[in-house]
Amino acid sequence: MTLRLPRIGTSQIIALAAILAINWTVSPQFFDIRFQDGRLFGSLIDVLNRGAPVAILSLGMVLVIAMRGIDLSVGAVMAIAGAIAASLADSHPLPVVLAAALGAGLACGLWNGFLVAVLGIQPIVATLILMVAGRGIAQLITEGRIVTFTAPGLSWFGGGSVLGLPAPVAIALAMLALTLLVVRGTALGLMIEATGGNARASALAGVGTRAITLAVYAWSGLCAALAGIVAAADILGADANNAGLWLELDAILAVVIGGTSLFGGRFSVVLAVVGALIIQAMNTGILLSGFPPEMNLVVKAVVVLAVLLAQSPRLAGLGLLLRRKRP
Amino acid sequence: MNFKALMLGTALFGAGFSASALAADLTVGFSQIGSESGWRAAETTVSKSEAKKHNVTLKIADAQQKQENQIKAIRSFIAQGVDAIFLAPVVATGWDAVLKEAKEAQIPVVLLDRDIDPAGKDLYLTAVTSDSVHEGAVAGQWLVKTVGTKPCNVVELQGTVGASVATNRKKGFEEGIAGHPNVKIVRSQTGDFTRAKGKEVMESFIKAEGGGKNICAVYAHNDDMMVGAIQAMKEAGLKPGTEILTVSIDAVPDIFKAMAAGEANATVELTPNMAGPALDAVIAYKTKGTVPPKWIQTESKLYTQADNPKAVYESKKDLGY
Repeated sequence: MTLRLPRIGTSQIIALAAILAINWTVSPQFFDIRFQDGRLFGSLIDVLNRGAPVAILSLGMVLVIAMRGIDLSVGAVMAIAGAIAASLADSHPLPVVLAAALGAGLACGLWNGFLVAVLGIQPIVATLILMVAGRGIAQLITEGRIVTFTAPGLSWFGGGSVLGLPAPVAIALAMLALTLLVVRGTALGLMIEATGGNARASALAGVGTRAITLAVYAWSGLCAALAGIVAAADILGADANNAGLWLELDAILAVVIGGTSLFGGRFSVVLAVVGALIIQAMNTGILLSGFPPEMNLVVKAVVVLAVLLAQSPRLAGLGLLLRRKRP
Repeated sequence: MNFKALMLGTALFGAGFSASALAADLTVGFSQIGSESGWRAAETTVSKSEAKKHNVTLKIADAQQKQENQIKAIRSFIAQGVDAIFLAPVVATGWDAVLKEAKEAQIPVVLLDRDIDPAGKDLYLTAVTSDSVHEGAVAGQWLVKTVGTKPCNVVELQGTVGASVATNRKKGFEEGIAGHPNVKIVRSQTGDFTRAKGKEVMESFIKAEGGGKNICAVYAHNDDMMVGAIQAMKEAGLKPGTEILTVSIDAVPDIFKAMAAGEANATVELTPNMAGPALDAVIAYKTKGTVPPKWIQTESKLYTQADNPKAVYESKKDLGY
């Protein structure tokens, strides 16, 4: 069993490095890291810590997209899992809380998988249902208010640390390792790519496409629930109206920046996480820069456009063509 | 309008009603927006208890954020012949037709919490709203008074970009600190009115301002962002409430918890009691014919640690925030 290295990814790594360098110029203390209360502390750590929920989401999303699907419900599933975890945290032991929240995420994922794999509904429509209804479910659980908790067990998922790393970062790393092991350490990744490339042909070739589709959506739901737990633990409360709001789009963006095609058939788990870090490095940079907030989205759009253009094969071809034409 | 009101008042008195007896017979229909926020839920709860206090039957219709539902509710209130209609408008425009119907039926309409398009001013009796510019000014004045002549660098957590409340609270705060060059806003970013964003933005403010040493005070456009910011300050090893002053707006229960723990300094209340002043106005109008002013401004009360935050928390926690 050998783990393959990501096949390509130079442009993503360069983009990340460039954004970090820009952050360093707008905020000279960007790379300063100190140790405080048993935890590393600094802007770079903030990027990792704040990027963790989207990174975890992207681990699920990348597999869904590799299968030519899409999961719009992850933000709402985050809200549901956070709401369940926060409501139970002070009255139940931690294992029960986690099992309930992750179980809910798994159930949501299976529901999406059922709609897509068994009923054959288009993924964007199937997951749109839960995207809309899921937030309502979360609001029902919290009764529309912000449910706060004090249980130290659940708070660890937001404020704890592992070897100085904030817990969300450690969790994201562990999930990354697990995902890599499962999809690249076995033939599963290949089967996912095959299903995404041509589901009919794969089925005829003996790949259990239906089971794989179900499993991948369930995994996405599970990842979303974990991200929801982390997000709730971060603010010591579940904010059903805002938790995970629009994060499905950030997760899709992270996957796309990571070079995974929306048409399925190929994917890179590591680069999806790099994509999530690119997005967060950009967000943190904007906050550090002191730009007026009206500029936030414009700056973000320009950077994303630049990163995607740098990856565009047509543009690279155009560059070559221009160079060739020159005498 | 005045004359008509006077006539109505005289007619009622002529019929021999006493003020309290009439108030007991009043029925008011209330078209509420929905329950999109904790504050809205608290407003509904307080409206119910205020109606009971005023001996008024209150019929609440939840519009679930839709204007068409509000228009339907108002029409049904008119059909039922209620004595007055309270409306918390979900949007500012598009009320002319239905408010004209209410006017023709001689049912006074009182706007709660939000105003409508100025073109319709003669279509309602009065509007009971808070002045969000004033709220910001109260927060700014508190800070100026608290720091005195010491230099003070303020970081600001703005609400959602483009929201009128955010623009007004920013403007008001700037008015409040105007003329005091020692108090300066050094950084200002949006925290989207949420805890998570408030925390994230505060984390980067702390890094950008020398680990928080250059920050003297935090001003947040709502309490939720401040609750997040307080967590960020604590995690950075800073002491909010003592090392860094905090002032925010809304007065939700959780900020009183932080104030009781000495981690927050002040909040300006956006009172959920809009129905109380509205009921007072309607009862005075119906019994004595007193025409209220077009705008009744609610009080923007400042709460500090000296105001027994624990007791305020207890009184607010069950309102539905």
